[in-house]
Amino acid sequence: MDRDAAVLGLESSCDETAAAVLRADGSILAEAVLSQLAEHSPYGGVVPEIAARAHLDHLPRLVAQVMAEAGLDYPRLAGVAATAGPGLIGGLIVGSSLGKGIALAHGLPFVAVNHLEAHALTATLPGLVPDPIRFPYLLMLLSGGHCQCVAVEEVGRYRRLGTTLDDAVGEAFDKSAKLLGLPWPGGPALERLATRGDPARIPLPRPLLGRAGCDFSWSGLKTAVAHAVARSAGTGQDRADIAAAFQASVAAVLADRARHALDMLPGATALVVAGGVAANQGVRAALAGAAAQRGLPLVAPPIRLCTDNAVMVAWAGIERLRRGLTDEVGHAPRPRWPLEAMAAPAAAA
Amino acid sequence: MPGPITLHLPDLAATGRLAARLAPRLRPGDAVLLEGPLGAGKSAFARALLRALAGDPGLEVPSPSFTLVQSYELPGGWEAHHYDLYRLSGPAEVAELGWEEARDGLVIVEWPERLGGLRPEGALVVRLAYGAGEEERVAVLSGWDGRMGEVG
Repeated sequence: MDRDAAVLGLESSCDETAAAVLRADGSILAEAVLSQLAEHSPYGGVVPEIAARAHLDHLPRLVAQVMAEAGLDYPRLAGVAATAGPGLIGGLIVGSSLGKGIALAHGLPFVAVNHLEAHALTATLPGLVPDPIRFPYLLMLLSGGHCQCVAVEEVGRYRRLGTTLDDAVGEAFDKSAKLLGLPWPGGPALERLATRGDPARIPLPRPLLGRAGCDFSWSGLKTAVAHAVARSAGTGQDRADIAAAFQASVAAVLADRARHALDMLPGATALVVAGGVAANQGVRAALAGAAAQRGLPLVAPPIRLCTDNAVMVAWAGIERLRRGLTDEVGHAPRPRWPLEAMAAPAAAA
Repeated sequence: MPGPITLHLPDLAATGRLAARLAPRLRPGDAVLLEGPLGAGKSAFARALLRALAGDPGLEVPSPSFTLVQSYELPGGWEAHHYDLYRLSGPAEVAELGWEEARDGLVIVEWPERLGGLRPEGALVVRLAYGAGEEERVAVLSGWDGRMGEVG
């Protein structure tokens, strides 16, 4: 694949509608992200039917916009990559159908990208870190819908080392924020409140801390927040202290799980963190500390590449195209699509 | 007619035992509605019930808060659908989530208040509340008038 070959990437698996054109050398020719935050906030979260309609309303326009910005005609693309799962089925159908249509109309290869794989490979995007990152590395995916530790061994070869037994960590942030009376999205609001709080005054549990493996469990912590809120006098300081204690618990547990996961992956070259929760400064500091204890760097892509975006989808598309891994236009989107399942089609291709 | 049954569940294991007693009574077309505030243990109860139904104590049952519905194939060739309607505004959105098809199997619903006119008749309602202790819960079972005797 030529260094200047360009791939169009589409992302619509959740509440962001995004398109990007990326060159094989990693340079971003154009990108556009439209958050559906304003449309969703009355519901306190993402609502799939609204998401599907909004993707349908905006994605074709975003695609035209990034193609114009990149100064490319469709036939000059090296391929089209679209997120085909996991995610909300309506949005997946909109994005992957549009991608297939463009590929079919212009005789281009199509790549059905696994959203989790796109997050996993973002860290290999050239120019992201001074020294290019090498396989294998540990990925911690920490978002509203996912909470897992993944060994990234090679493009197409992933091993899930641990996952949440109940809630995702971003969900724990959102629901705890709700219990504290904060607006959605709860994560950033809770982080702001926590800066004014004393994390030691109202201690909260640290689920699975010290336990073998690197699974997570956040549901008990959420319940403890509910108890703490009910027992407190409800002053602003009480709420700030509970927020600070919550964040301290999450950071301590994540650091502990990271250390365990790194011990399960000898030879890991880095700890990579992705997902919206990676934006939390307390979480970042704790994970950097855990990685440093194992003599490894923490690689945290810039926030706009940590949350959902189309650059990562185009990049995963480029990495797969390089290896000759393309998909039929008959490929059906998959709301549930574990990363381990990637290995099978890769081996068969 | 027997009224609602109130059960004290001192810990999570007790929740699991209640779920294990309920599971064999459930049939295709049944609905289990889980009520109670945030953190009362609705997801934990649903998880225990799905594990008992699947006969797999290690079954992964992620929270459906993000995807809104998670479906499970059960031994015997039927399906269970675990809904979390917390973030929905009303029945029109529930209908978009494959509700009608899901009713052929078992539906387990958190935040069933959002069902409005779609609320199934003859559903088993499990209302969960905090008890005195940290892990303690009180479950009030109602709605299964003719079948309730089997449960207690």
